[in-house]
Amino acid sequence: MASKLTTSNRAGWAFALPGFGLILMFIVIPFFFAFYLSLTNQRLISPNPTEFVGFSNYDRLLSISVLSIEPEVDGGGSVLRNDAGELKYPRVRTFTRNNPAYPQYSGMREWFRLHWGDTAKVVVAKDVVFWKSLRNTLMFVLVVAPVQAGLALCLSLLVNQKLRGINIYRAIYFMPVVVSIVVVSLLFRFIYDGNDGLLNNILGFLSFGLFEGRDWLGNPDTALGAVKAMSIWQAVGFHMVIWLSGLQTISPTLYEASSIEGASKWQTFRYITWPGLRNTAVLVIIVITMQAFALFAQIDVMTNGGPLDSTTTLVFQAVERGYGKQDISGASAISVVLFLVVLTISMAQRYITRTR
Amino acid sequence: MRLGMKLTAALAVSVSWVSIAAAETELSMWYHGAGNEAESTALNMIIEDFNASQSEYRVSVESFPQESYNDSVVAAALAGNLPDILDVDGPVMPNWAWAGYLQPLKIDDSAIEGFLSGPLGYWDDQLYSVGFWDAAVAMVSRQSTLDSLGLRKPTVDNPWTGEEFMSALEAAKASGNFDYAFDLGMPWTGEWYPYAFSPFLQSFGGDIVDRSTYATAEGALNGDAAIAFGDWWQSLFADGYAPGTSQDPADRDTGFIDGKYAFSWNGNWAALGALEAHDDVVFLPAPDFGNGPKIGAASWQFGVSASSENAEGASAFIEFALQDKYLANFSNVTGLIPATASAAALTDNYASGGALEVFFGLSKGQAMVRPVSPGYVVSAKVFEKALADIANGADVADTLDAAVDEINADIERNGGYGH
Repeated sequence: MASKLTTSNRAGWAFALPGFGLILMFIVIPFFFAFYLSLTNQRLISPNPTEFVGFSNYDRLLSISVLSIEPEVDGGGSVLRNDAGELKYPRVRTFTRNNPAYPQYSGMREWFRLHWGDTAKVVVAKDVVFWKSLRNTLMFVLVVAPVQAGLALCLSLLVNQKLRGINIYRAIYFMPVVVSIVVVSLLFRFIYDGNDGLLNNILGFLSFGLFEGRDWLGNPDTALGAVKAMSIWQAVGFHMVIWLSGLQTISPTLYEASSIEGASKWQTFRYITWPGLRNTAVLVIIVITMQAFALFAQIDVMTNGGPLDSTTTLVFQAVERGYGKQDISGASAISVVLFLVVLTISMAQRYITRTR
Repeated sequence: MRLGMKLTAALAVSVSWVSIAAAETELSMWYHGAGNEAESTALNMIIEDFNASQSEYRVSVESFPQESYNDSVVAAALAGNLPDILDVDGPVMPNWAWAGYLQPLKIDDSAIEGFLSGPLGYWDDQLYSVGFWDAAVAMVSRQSTLDSLGLRKPTVDNPWTGEEFMSALEAAKASGNFDYAFDLGMPWTGEWYPYAFSPFLQSFGGDIVDRSTYATAEGALNGDAAIAFGDWWQSLFADGYAPGTSQDPADRDTGFIDGKYAFSWNGNWAALGALEAHDDVVFLPAPDFGNGPKIGAASWQFGVSASSENAEGASAFIEFALQDKYLANFSNVTGLIPATASAAALTDNYASGGALEVFFGLSKGQAMVRPVSPGYVVSAKVFEKALADIANGADVADTLDAAVDEINADIERNGGYGH
């Protein structure tokens, strides 16, 4: 494979070697190592030798099934109802624990249930916390990716104007990115505080006392939303700068031509700006998606997995299991699953946005 | 010529300086008390005395913040960088001994004579760690509160029953003078949850793991007694007797002193602060929920790392530090229970008639160590999450079942943890 790149560029290779070496040692090798470890029973430290266990880590992690439960009936066969008129169902634990008639559900726990007529279809899984983290992570990405990209685009359109002092605004919008995410999380933990938090005070002031203070991070319904808002605020400046660079590659003659033709602002955006930003849009969406899947620092500092697993994410679970509960092989299995999910979504995005 | 002689003389002097310094072996030591001025001063006093008393070893200490201490030690063990002497939390010690981080101590039996059982860390019938103190938990309240609510004062021999305790909370809630009747300290996530709350579980008759075999938690953590505990635990928050997991950490530190809470479940490390604020503070024993009143035991202890090349010196330092005068000094500055009765007599607070003397009796009468097993590291985290989930309203039986499954699976994956 003798090409100009490999043969007459020795100095270039020599300069790149330290960088390549470090990337190989700290990113590429651990990447393959994670695949290997997830097939063993490796502990963080243990006097027992490591054994090869095949796919049992994945089986423990991903086992999910549906259990159909019929409502309780009395002796005659008609359904029983409690005082409120609701149907009564036997508890799931009677099927999943010490019940030899249902060995396939042994050790599983209820995740959620849907009602199909009178029957309750209960989704049971061996590792409900993992599935909840997967759901939380996907919910986070689904909201943060479009909102953050859209908000960054609006901001970049605003700061792309040739006004005096526009650089001050660019700096102000970019400043949250510079602050460490851990510091931002700590600050927002105080802002979101249910007793004396700044957010409750401001909302109470703006609504003339009608708004009652809420415990934003202590309520399973609002905790993840609070984390999303904080994450968007912190990272929007970074993507604003990327959009800005894309905007500035659009030739100004196009804009002159459109103003001569009498195009409105919306038409200018739709027919000139947006097509010119296509490549930037692909980059921004892919980068935001990948960064959003790696959500960890905010959770670790603010909610520790959140009230009733409402803010736990895949990376948080991997760290908790690998380091906290000393189960490196389980954490590696989660990492591999996360990798496959991100790879699938990235490939889908690339396919959708490919140049035809 | 003269320059050559000067250089030779300087070289000789510098080499001899090195050889003098090399005669003292450096012992590195890690301690978990960064940020704690009083403990650091007390520990430094012991180190200086030890360094001055002999010329063979020289101890130097490095302090870590308590929250990240365990993770730092595990990371250092993996990298092979453990210090000679390190301190270890009592219930975590079996895990580190089983994993090969610690070696048995080489100290005389006479040095540990008369010690409370909590500060002695035994695993596999060998002594791996010794602590200077034991820590106890009590229900902190004020005599004026008891009088105004019309409650009798419980004693170690005659504690409150579960029903008496709940009616005391009900009276405190009904009086309207307090934000909450009972402050449990929910913001202190980490080891506080198993240490402070598993005694309640044990008082109901359950336990974190079955201690007869240490092979399963089935029946102990999800039996009828444990479910009764779970229902009681959930009712504390659902019925508004205690602030939940969203309690402000600042409220935990000063809320009882400020009068926000009628009763506070707190350890004797916070007792001195309460005593300074009010003069009628009383330390009440844990209530008896049916299986006897229980409180936790065993705190931080000192051990020698397995990879240390100076095990004799490290053990010598630990033996030196176990003298009564140092135990008494540590107790005076921290407020914790000294490990021997003879040291207690030298302290301000634990001598007879001292303000905290009652804790000595609580520790002797009610203390129960956490499960002595290498699997404790995982079961503690699982138990902590179960408590937080139940406090937040999750189904009690399902949560305890899930905790049992997780603990059992972990024990099985580790081949029984050497039991």
